[in-house]
Amino acid sequence: MDFINQHIQEIYFVIFCVFIGIEVISNVPAILHTPLMSGANAISGVILVGAIIVMLRVPADDYLNLTLGGIAVFLGTLNISGGFFVTGRMLKMFSPKK
Amino acid sequence: MYAIIEVGYLIATLSFLGGLKFMSSPKTAKTGNLIAAMGMVLAVVLTFISAVTATVPYVNLIIMFLAIAIGTLMGKRLSDRVEMTGMPQLVSLFNATGGGCAMLLGLMEANQMDPATTILGNQILLIAGLVTGAIALTGSIIAERKLAGKVKDRRSKTVIFSARILLVLMVLLPGIYFFDFIPISFTAFMYVLATLAMVYGVLFVLPIGGADMPVVISLLNSITGIATAFAGFVYGNKVMIAGGIFVGAAGILLTLLMCKAMNRSLLKVLAGTFKKSKNGAVEEEQEIKEISISETALSLSFAQKVAIVPGYGLAVAQAQHVCGQLQQLLEKRNCEVDYIIHPVAGRMPGHMNVLLAEANVDYSHLKEMDEGNENMAQYDTVLVIGANDVVNPAAENNPDSPVYGMPIIRTHESKQVIVMKRSMGKGYAGVQNDLFGLDNCSILFGDAKVSLQEIVNQLKLI
Repeated sequence: MDFINQHIQEIYFVIFCVFIGIEVISNVPAILHTPLMSGANAISGVILVGAIIVMLRVPADDYLNLTLGGIAVFLGTLNISGGFFVTGRMLKMFSPKK
Repeated sequence: MYAIIEVGYLIATLSFLGGLKFMSSPKTAKTGNLIAAMGMVLAVVLTFISAVTATVPYVNLIIMFLAIAIGTLMGKRLSDRVEMTGMPQLVSLFNATGGGCAMLLGLMEANQMDPATTILGNQILLIAGLVTGAIALTGSIIAERKLAGKVKDRRSKTVIFSARILLVLMVLLPGIYFFDFIPISFTAFMYVLATLAMVYGVLFVLPIGGADMPVVISLLNSITGIATAFAGFVYGNKVMIAGGIFVGAAGILLTLLMCKAMNRSLLKVLAGTFKKSKNGAVEEEQEIKEISISETALSLSFAQKVAIVPGYGLAVAQAQHVCGQLQQLLEKRNCEVDYIIHPVAGRMPGHMNVLLAEANVDYSHLKEMDEGNENMAQYDTVLVIGANDVVNPAAENNPDSPVYGMPIIRTHESKQVIVMKRSMGKGYAGVQNDLFGLDNCSILFGDAKVSLQEIVNQLKLI
């Protein structure tokens, strides 16, 4: 029950996000499905935010967690940067050529 | 200060939503990508500002910035180098990194937290994030290897069976653990779960066939999104929740769309099974007509309206550029050329469109299946390149056929169909294609790229 009390706002938020997400994404035409997927993939890299929060909390002599955190931050950044760059590259090909 | 950060997070969340909204048209999609990327940078900077205090050791900061710098540069390099045919592999790889990040996050939390003071709900969320992240990590890596042709399908009973056992274990074990039946620390338990989930990720993707990859990639993408949302829940961070859920929704939508386009249920795709043809559908002898390259070129030269139906074979033969040349040549002769693209053409949703866009085909020529079907009777010649099951009329008029019910491109309703094939081999579904026996259909044997190049050369002379 504690859990519900603490998180009721987030629960509402999740439900709204599901519906808005489906509504917005179902409007994307089939020709853009690959860029949509790689763009969405980049957005899921927002997990980096969590990695940064944890990373800044780790004590300086906790080598295990520093290593894990370093790798986590690296992977998250790679997801974001690669995802957005590659989506940009694909979308450039779709823009009308002069 | 707190309010500014919250507003910043709100802007970042909206930018994700706006970015996805802008994706609904090829004209605005580029801007959308930029907006979402800027929102992401904003979210990361804000997190840093809000979490950093004077007591954070320098070591942590140095490691973090190094990791961010290397990650950014590597992402840029990888995305600059990738071939468009290799796009599904790269997307899988990036998906794996997201899943890996989620998994490591769960492990770090487990290392640091005190189970006595953490409420049960948060422990369950951590477990959920860890497990989904780990599945996405190894599943995406196997998917990437399979797409690259390095790992073959393993459809043995053992693989499927062990995958199911692992799935049940991962659902049951946390329940048993929370009733104190397993005498290990929460941290150790998390490591056990992570290992199980990673093994499951491998076994889960192994039996799935190569042509079903669009479904798998979409599904794994959605799993990473859900892992992100779980983590966001633990930190009460709305940007993470929103980002994760949007990705989860996009992935699920595309997964279902792909399944529908193949007329197979998600469960069947995941088990790697096919509908068997009922009462051993009789395969009739087909009388096929062969056509030569010069005859093809000739009939294209008389056509007013031509449709090209590209399939995965086109991508395998790397023939998209020659295909673009053929289109330009025909357009110079005042012939209208459209591409009709089946939803599952290529190795990930929408892949064929990207390949054609790379070959400088304007997106106004790329027609979706329904639009192409409506105007099918107007096409003088339809070229089917490297596609098979998606043009099989049996899907519409033979209830005994395994492909029956699958939406197809009705090329048989056009005036003339020319199918470019390597051999008389069957398609992915392993069924005879009724189209080949029809009067208005002829077959041009040979490698798609070589034949197309020859057609282009001959057309130049006509």
